[in-house]
Amino acid sequence: MIGTKHLIFATAVSAIALTSGAASAQNLVMYCSVQQSWCEATAAAFTKETGIRVAMQRKDTGAALAQIRAESANPQADVWWGGSGDAHIQAASDGLTQEYKSPNVSELRDWAVEQGETTGYKTIGIYSGVLGWGYNTEFFEREGLDPPLAWSDLEKADYEGEIQVANPNTSGTAYTALATLVQLYGEDEAFDYLKRIDGNISEYTQSGTAGIRAAALGETGIGIAFLHDVIQQAAAGFPVKAVAPSDGTGYEIGSMSLIKDGPNPDVAKTFYDWALTAEAQGLALDAGAYQIQANKNVEPAPEAPKLDETKLIDYDFAKYGSAETRSHLLKRWDNEIASQR
Amino acid sequence: MFWLVVAAAASVLPWYAVAPANAASSGLLLALGGSVAVLPVYAVLLALAGIGVGGGGGGRAAQRLAALASFAGAVWILVSSGLQGTPYDPALALTLSNQPAVGWGAGLTVVALLGLGATALARAGMMDGDRFGAHLLVLVCAILALFVLFPLAQILEAVSRPDETGSVLAGLAGRLGGREIWGLTCLVDGGRCGMVWNSVGLGTAVGLSATLLGLGASLFIVRTNAPMRGPLRLVTLLPLVTPPFVVGLALILLFGRSGSVTLFMYDVFDIRPSRWIYGPQGVWLAQTLGLTPLAFMVIHATLVSVSPSVEEAAQTLRAGRWYTFRTVTLPLIRPGLANAFLLCFIESLADLGNPLILGGGFRVLASGIYFKIVGAQADLGEAAGLGLILLAISLTVFLLQTVWLRGASFVTVTGKGDGGKFGELAPSLKLLVGGVTLIWGVLIVTVYGTVIAGSFAQIWGRDYSFTLTHYLDAFDVISGPHGLVWSGGAWNFFFTTMWIAAVAAPLTAALGLLTAYLIARRRFVGRGVFEFAAMMSFAMPGTVIGLAYVLSFNAPPIEITGTAVILIVAFISRNMPIGVRVGLAQFSQIDPSLDEASTTLGARPGMTLRRVLYPLMKPAVATAVIYAFVSSVTTLSQVIFLVSPRYDWATTYIIGLVENTNYGRAIAYSVVLIVLLIVIVALLQLILTRTEFRRVNTKSTGETQ
Repeated sequence: MIGTKHLIFATAVSAIALTSGAASAQNLVMYCSVQQSWCEATAAAFTKETGIRVAMQRKDTGAALAQIRAESANPQADVWWGGSGDAHIQAASDGLTQEYKSPNVSELRDWAVEQGETTGYKTIGIYSGVLGWGYNTEFFEREGLDPPLAWSDLEKADYEGEIQVANPNTSGTAYTALATLVQLYGEDEAFDYLKRIDGNISEYTQSGTAGIRAAALGETGIGIAFLHDVIQQAAAGFPVKAVAPSDGTGYEIGSMSLIKDGPNPDVAKTFYDWALTAEAQGLALDAGAYQIQANKNVEPAPEAPKLDETKLIDYDFAKYGSAETRSHLLKRWDNEIASQR
Repeated sequence: MFWLVVAAAASVLPWYAVAPANAASSGLLLALGGSVAVLPVYAVLLALAGIGVGGGGGGRAAQRLAALASFAGAVWILVSSGLQGTPYDPALALTLSNQPAVGWGAGLTVVALLGLGATALARAGMMDGDRFGAHLLVLVCAILALFVLFPLAQILEAVSRPDETGSVLAGLAGRLGGREIWGLTCLVDGGRCGMVWNSVGLGTAVGLSATLLGLGASLFIVRTNAPMRGPLRLVTLLPLVTPPFVVGLALILLFGRSGSVTLFMYDVFDIRPSRWIYGPQGVWLAQTLGLTPLAFMVIHATLVSVSPSVEEAAQTLRAGRWYTFRTVTLPLIRPGLANAFLLCFIESLADLGNPLILGGGFRVLASGIYFKIVGAQADLGEAAGLGLILLAISLTVFLLQTVWLRGASFVTVTGKGDGGKFGELAPSLKLLVGGVTLIWGVLIVTVYGTVIAGSFAQIWGRDYSFTLTHYLDAFDVISGPHGLVWSGGAWNFFFTTMWIAAVAAPLTAALGLLTAYLIARRRFVGRGVFEFAAMMSFAMPGTVIGLAYVLSFNAPPIEITGTAVILIVAFISRNMPIGVRVGLAQFSQIDPSLDEASTTLGARPGMTLRRVLYPLMKPAVATAVIYAFVSSVTTLSQVIFLVSPRYDWATTYIIGLVENTNYGRAIAYSVVLIVLLIVIVALLQLILTRTEFRRVNTKSTGETQ
C-alpha cells in the first residue's frame, strides 16, 4: 500500500524533471533586439525555410546584453540578432560571443564587414540606421509650435514634458544618443545639455522605440529615435515626421552575434549564414523595418534615410562600444540624470 | 525498504547535472573514487540499510538517530557545495567548493533520504506511528524549506553583502537607506518621494477606495432589490480572470492623450489633452478597478453572515434605519472590511504591471525592483534591498491580518432557525450605494467594452475601422515545406503558458490541500509554526519571489533558472496558501467523527484521506485547482524575472507589446486569454465537481443525524 504511494510521489517528481529535460530538443534560441514585427517575420521565415523551430524573445539591446552576461556561466540562447552595434562590440570584448566568419560575409557592404573586422568576427553588421527624432505633426499644428530641427532646439521651453527618450541602460537607441551627444559636445557639455532638456522629457522609457510610438499615437509630442523607426510609423499612416538633426548626428550599425557556448551551436551557424542572405535581409521591408540592410543585393527603401544627405559625425564605435566608456557614461547618466528625477 | 531501493537505483544515475571532467559520473563510482562530497552520503545509507535490514530494529532512540542521520545526509548533499552559489568551473578539479549542480542521482538520493527519515520518524512514534502522515509532513517541510525559506535567506544574504569598501554596514545602509527609497522631498518642494512612501500611500489609497466600492456593491446586491443585480455579480468576477494590467491598458485607451474620452472632451469642451493618467492617479484608478472584486467577495461573505434578527431587534427597539446600519450592521461587518482593506493593500503592493505601464516617473517598490534588475547595471544587491523592504511591509500587514482578525469574526447566523428578512436600507444610504455601484459598474463595463472594441480597431484613437489584423498577427498559422508553421507571434508564449500552468495547478492544489489536512487533522510538534510558514508565501510579492529565485537557483546546488521547473516551483510555493485556506475551511465543515469511524473500521490514515475525505473535499479541490491555474496564467510579477526565451509567458509578452505601444495586439491577446480562461474555468468547474451532488447529499444527512 505504502509502496504505491511512494511510487506516485516518485513519478510525480520525476515527471516534472523529465518534462523540463525533454523540451530541449533541436531548436534555435534567439534574443532579438529589433522591432517585434521584424523579429517575428524573421523567425517564422527561418522556420518555414529549414523546419527548425525558433524560441525567440524580444529584448531591448541593453537588457539583452545584461541577460547574456548574467547567463554567461550557463548560456541559454544561441544567437543575439539585431540591436545597436556598440553593445555587440562590448559583448565581443567581454568574450561573451563566439568568433565566426560566415561564407556570406562577402555579400555585405563595407560598414557591415568593418564591424566584423574590429572584433575579430565576433559580431557582424546586419543593418544601419541614423539617429534623430520624429514629431507629431497634428500636435505641433494644434499647439502652433515650430518643430525642432537641431539638438539645440530641444532645449526650448515650449516642449516642456513633450519629449520621450529611452533609458540608455536598457535601450541601444538611447545609448547611441548619449554617445552621439558626448561626441558632438564633449562629455561635460553633453551632460549639461542633458540636464537642461531633462525638464522637457516626460519619461525615460525602457524600450528605444517606445518614444516614437508614443509620438505617433499623440501621447507625446516628440520621440527621440532612429529614423527608420520614425519612417515605419509614418508609413503606417501616423502623423509623424522624421528629423535628422542639422547640427550633426550619430548612427548605429545593427549587429548580430553568436553567443559563446550556446546550447545549439550548429543550428546557430545555420541561422547566422541564412540571416546574411539577400533573401533573409529582404524580409525587413515587408515587416515595416526601414533600416539600410547590410547585404549589397538589397536595395534600401525609397523612404529610408539617405546616409549621404545627412550630416553624420565620425562615430567612434570601438571607443563607445568599449566596456570602460560604456559603463562610465551609464554610471554618470544614472547619477546625474536618473537619480535627480 | 522502498527508499533504500530508490537510493540504490539513484547510485548508478549521473550524480551531477553536468558530468564533471575527469571524474566518474554516477554517485556510486564517485563514492568509490573517494569523493568527499559523496562518501558521507553513502556511509549514512549503508548504516540505514543495516538498521532497515535488521527488521526495523533498535528502539525509538535508534530510530530518532536514524532520522537525524538521513536528514543530515540530505542536507549535506545540498550544502556541501556551499550555499554561496558559485558556478561550477569544469577547468578546476572537482572539490567540495567546486561541484556542478545536483543532477538525477543526487536529486533522487535526497528524496530517498528524506523518505528514510520520514519512515524512521514514524517508527520513533511521530504522528502515532503513521508513516503516511510522517512522509507528508517531511515532504511539505522540505518544499517549504527549499523553495520559500532558502530563497528568503538568499535575499538577506544579498542585502548584507559587504560593499566595495568591504564594509557590511555601509553595504546595508546603501541598499536599505537612501533618498530614492525613503526620501520625503515631495512634502517640501514638490520633488519626488521615496518608493516606500509611494508604495504605502498607494496601497492605503487603493485599499480604502476598493473597500468602499466593495462595501457599496455588497450592500447593493445583498440588501436592495434593485434590478441588474445578477449581471453585476458576473461582472464582479471578470477581473479575476484578467491579467491585472489589462485594466491599466484600457485606461490608456480611454484617458490617455489620444484616448477616446480625452479626444471627446477636447472636441466638445475644448479641454486640452494632457498626460494626467500617467502617474499615481492612473495607477490608483487601475488598481482600484482591478481589486474591488476582491474586496467585494470578502465583504459580501461577511455581510451574508449577519443575521437579519439582530437588525430586527434594533428596529424593534425603535432605532432608525440609518442608526441601525451605523450601530449594528457596520460593527458586525467590521472584520470583513478590515480584511478586505488589508488584502487589497497587499495586492496593491505586489502589483507590477500597472505601475509599469501607467506609472510614468512614479516609482513604487515593485517597479523599483524591476528597474534595478532590467538595467544594464543590473544590481541584484540593491534590488534585494528593495525586495526586503517590500517583504517586510507586506509581512507586517499579513501578521496584522492574522493576529488581529483571528477571533474577531462576529457570526450571527447560527444553526438555530432564524428566518426574518433584512430591513430596508435608509433611503439616503440606498441612493449612495446605488450611485457608487452604478459608477463602478459603468467603469467596469466601459473598460471591458474598450478592451474588446480596441482589439478589433485598426488603430485606437485614429482609425476605428474594423480589422482582424491584431488577432492574425498574434495567432496566425502558415504552411511551409516542413509542415505547419505557427507564425503568429503569440503561439510560443501561449503554448508554454498553458502547459506549465496546467502542470503547476494540480500540484499546487494537491500540496495546499494536503498541508491543510496536516494542519486540520493531525497533531504534531510545531504545528503553529508549520501553519505560519505554509501561509507566509501568500504575503510574498511576486517580484520578491522572482528575485529570490534568481538569487537562489542560478548556481549549484540547484540550478534551474531558464527551465520550466523554476516557473512551476514558483507557482506552487506562491499559490499553495490559497489551497491551504480553502482546505482548512472545508475540513472545518467535515465532522472528525467521520475520520474516526473510518479508523475504527480499520482504515489507515492514507486510506481515510482517499476514500472518505477526498470525495467530500471535491468542491475545495475544484476551487484550489481553478485558482492556481488562473493566477499562474495571469500573473506578471512572479514570472517577469524567471522567463527565458524557451519558456516565456503570455503576460510578459503582452507587457512587452504595451511597452512598445503596440496596443492593438496587446489587447487582442488579452481578450483571447480572458475568453479562454473563462472557458477553462467553466470546464474545470464542470469536470471537477461533476460527482459532487450525490456525495454532498450523503454528507449532509450524515451531519444532521
